[in-house]
Amino acid sequence: MPEYPLSQHAPDRLKTPSGIPFSEITLEAVMAGRLSMEDLRVTAEALELQAQVASEAGRPQLAENLRRAAELVDVPSERILEVYDALRPGRATPEKLARLAEAMEREYGAVRCAALIREAAG
Amino acid sequence: MEHSKRFERRAERAINRDSFIREWPETGLVIFNSPSDPDPGIRVNGGRITAMDGRPEAEFDMLDRFIARRAIDPAVAEEAMRLDSLAIARMLVDFHVPRAEAIRVVSGLTPAKIVQVVDKLNVVEMMMALQKMRARRTPSNQAHVTNKKENPALLAADAAEAVERGFSELETTVGISRYAPLNALAILIGSQTGRGSALTQCAVEESLGLRLAFLGLTTYAETLSVYGTEQAFRDGDDTPWSKAFLASAYASRGIKVRFTSGSGSEALMGHSEGKSMLYLETRCLMAIKGAGSQGVQNGSISCIALPESLPGGVRGVLAENLIAALLDLELASGNDAMASHSDIRKASKLMLQFLPGTDFIFSGYSSMPREDNLFGGGNFDAEDLDDYNVLQRDMLVDGGVRPVSAPEAAAVRRRAAHAVQAVFDELGLPPISDAEVEAAVAARASGDMPDRDMVADLAAVEEFLRLGRNGLDVIRALARRGFADIAEKILAVQRLRISGDYLQTSAVALPNGQVRSAVNDPNDYAGPGTGYHLSPERLAEISAIPQALEPAEIGIVDGSASRPWLRECHDACPGTDSSEIVIALGPAFGSALGATLLGLPHRDVLAALTGGIRAEGMRPRVVKIYATSDCGFIGHAGAQLSGSGVSIGIQSKGTTVIHRRDLQPLDNLELFPQAPNLTLESYRVIGRNAAKYAKGEPVLPVPTQIDNMARLKYIVKTTILHLRETEQVRKDKPAQEVQFA
Repeated sequence: MPEYPLSQHAPDRLKTPSGIPFSEITLEAVMAGRLSMEDLRVTAEALELQAQVASEAGRPQLAENLRRAAELVDVPSERILEVYDALRPGRATPEKLARLAEAMEREYGAVRCAALIREAAG
Repeated sequence: MEHSKRFERRAERAINRDSFIREWPETGLVIFNSPSDPDPGIRVNGGRITAMDGRPEAEFDMLDRFIARRAIDPAVAEEAMRLDSLAIARMLVDFHVPRAEAIRVVSGLTPAKIVQVVDKLNVVEMMMALQKMRARRTPSNQAHVTNKKENPALLAADAAEAVERGFSELETTVGISRYAPLNALAILIGSQTGRGSALTQCAVEESLGLRLAFLGLTTYAETLSVYGTEQAFRDGDDTPWSKAFLASAYASRGIKVRFTSGSGSEALMGHSEGKSMLYLETRCLMAIKGAGSQGVQNGSISCIALPESLPGGVRGVLAENLIAALLDLELASGNDAMASHSDIRKASKLMLQFLPGTDFIFSGYSSMPREDNLFGGGNFDAEDLDDYNVLQRDMLVDGGVRPVSAPEAAAVRRRAAHAVQAVFDELGLPPISDAEVEAAVAARASGDMPDRDMVADLAAVEEFLRLGRNGLDVIRALARRGFADIAEKILAVQRLRISGDYLQTSAVALPNGQVRSAVNDPNDYAGPGTGYHLSPERLAEISAIPQALEPAEIGIVDGSASRPWLRECHDACPGTDSSEIVIALGPAFGSALGATLLGLPHRDVLAALTGGIRAEGMRPRVVKIYATSDCGFIGHAGAQLSGSGVSIGIQSKGTTVIHRRDLQPLDNLELFPQAPNLTLESYRVIGRNAAKYAKGEPVLPVPTQIDNMARLKYIVKTTILHLRETEQVRKDKPAQEVQFA
């Protein structure tokens, strides 16, 4: 199991989505313009590590949520809001949800999210 | 109707402004055990739950389906459901059963079974269970920070003071939703100004909330509401799957989320299906668990007055807190909305969460006066903070808060207001004046703040969003303007989004960029001597309320201020003059001590006594007793020396007795035990009465007041003054003849 907190025990395993190491996220780097807000985001790898921590702590549902999150890291916000909206009551037919699930799987490899969407469809 | 002034007076009390109703189960106005609640039961086929609480899978509603699929562990279910509910209830309270084992058993229970288990416990047992079952070992607290004028300097100052006081999370919201980015910005800056660090959120509509988090202006969200019936859920415009997906969406951006639920919401929305509040709340909590949320805020939240109108309502709210903990969820345990008009009732209710401790005892302590709370109340507010600190100190309970002195508060408030002023300036937002900064330091509420140009502020918000301003812009602005320490701390919180460390259950941010959660600070309570204990530092911190005095400094006489006015001449001998009244002074009178409990100078007291004696034509003679500090014995000793046989004994704190030679030491002619009620005029009358007793005239006892608060008010000072007097006792030293000027 990864040692928790990762930021303390495994900072070398952490980086920004653009590949900047965790240790280089400093005020100096911010001031020099080497970091953007887009850099201050979790990666799928870090979420997987956190899922392992949660799983080891006996929290399978939280681990599953973090693994769904890992699938969504590269999904644009608008797309996420679109899926969210489709899952709300009375928004989408089961067929539309099935198509959304398929698209999430195909485009982002988001198999867990797809399973959630299919389950919602009934 | 019978007339009774006592009933009339009680009818006016705050408690009788609260609403109370009888149960009405058909409409969901019942806490536990509605006739419509199902009986517990489960069927598992091939690892799939095919029937639950009396319903076959084909009849599952939306929540049943979600709970059966995602919240119950089918591998444990049959074993756990076979256990007697009472046996499980005992496991929760029995500290020999480890927390992890209790969690495992509960993971196999259905909603109806969990309710049945918890209903076996009385409130003390529920508190014992909560103490063992909460997720994080160290309790903490959340504050609300809002104000009616949405003034950014005041928001930043209040946020800074709240964190200085120890709150681990700050939640703001808006009166006008377009203000949200500026409010989020102000509390973000304030939250990192003092010595602590806090996560911040802005409660707004879901998509705006998500956007603020993406921009790095907030670091957690709490608005994901869940309901216990299908129709209430739909009215909330969500399904369990949409909420589960939203939870993942937040986590995908590295943002902490907790859900919200609470008993009473379904009945309020008219969709209870005739089920009890606790059964429905348990369904909510299991949906939250199934969605993979790390935690929940519950405890009825904004509906609190509804369960409180019913029998067992406060117990029910504790039960729902406990169930959240049993499901291994982070628990922010309510206490956020006005729960009663009565201070007694409010404080009593609080004890149910405060004493066992929860992950966040309040899911919003109003850090400003109630009138500025845009969440609709705040069961406790800024003006109750001293009370809250005293409760911690009284019970040595960690309520997640620390006392702060006025100068400490002013310092962080000023710095936060200056920081937000500088950031507004750097980012081209409408200016915050120096006068506004100073007003924010001293303000009680937003009424003390100058008005801002709201049109300009709102226009600036649009520009702020259009330019895509974000957390990094704030960090840069702070660093450029000499607030590098605040910038560093905000960056440290933003770094949490990369590690995801604060996505684990019950996480709080520490000032050094570290995280404390149920993973690295798991609740290990297993009976006395285990679990959370106050560290010596924390014990000292909660003990040191600013209003606590140094006892050794109470009653000290500043000798340099006045020249000695009493002179001891020689050993006192028994008098022979029958017109003589002895005034026997305690050993510290006029020397080690200079004034009575009430602050009357000894010199004036002595003048009043002698004046009273002379007015009756008798002669006062003053002696000082060293052998005792007890009032009765002082008087008794004086009487033995008195030519008339009558004496007045007086302790330095002012307690006085009229004594006579033939009486037992602890008997008396008149006793004035409550020194705080004695004025100089009283002492004069005491002098007169003593003289009259000696003359054998009829005496009207000195009128004294009854003040039942006197003991409460003066007992500490009484103790210390008496201690000082007793220090002057010299057992073998004879009484001294005294002259005074």
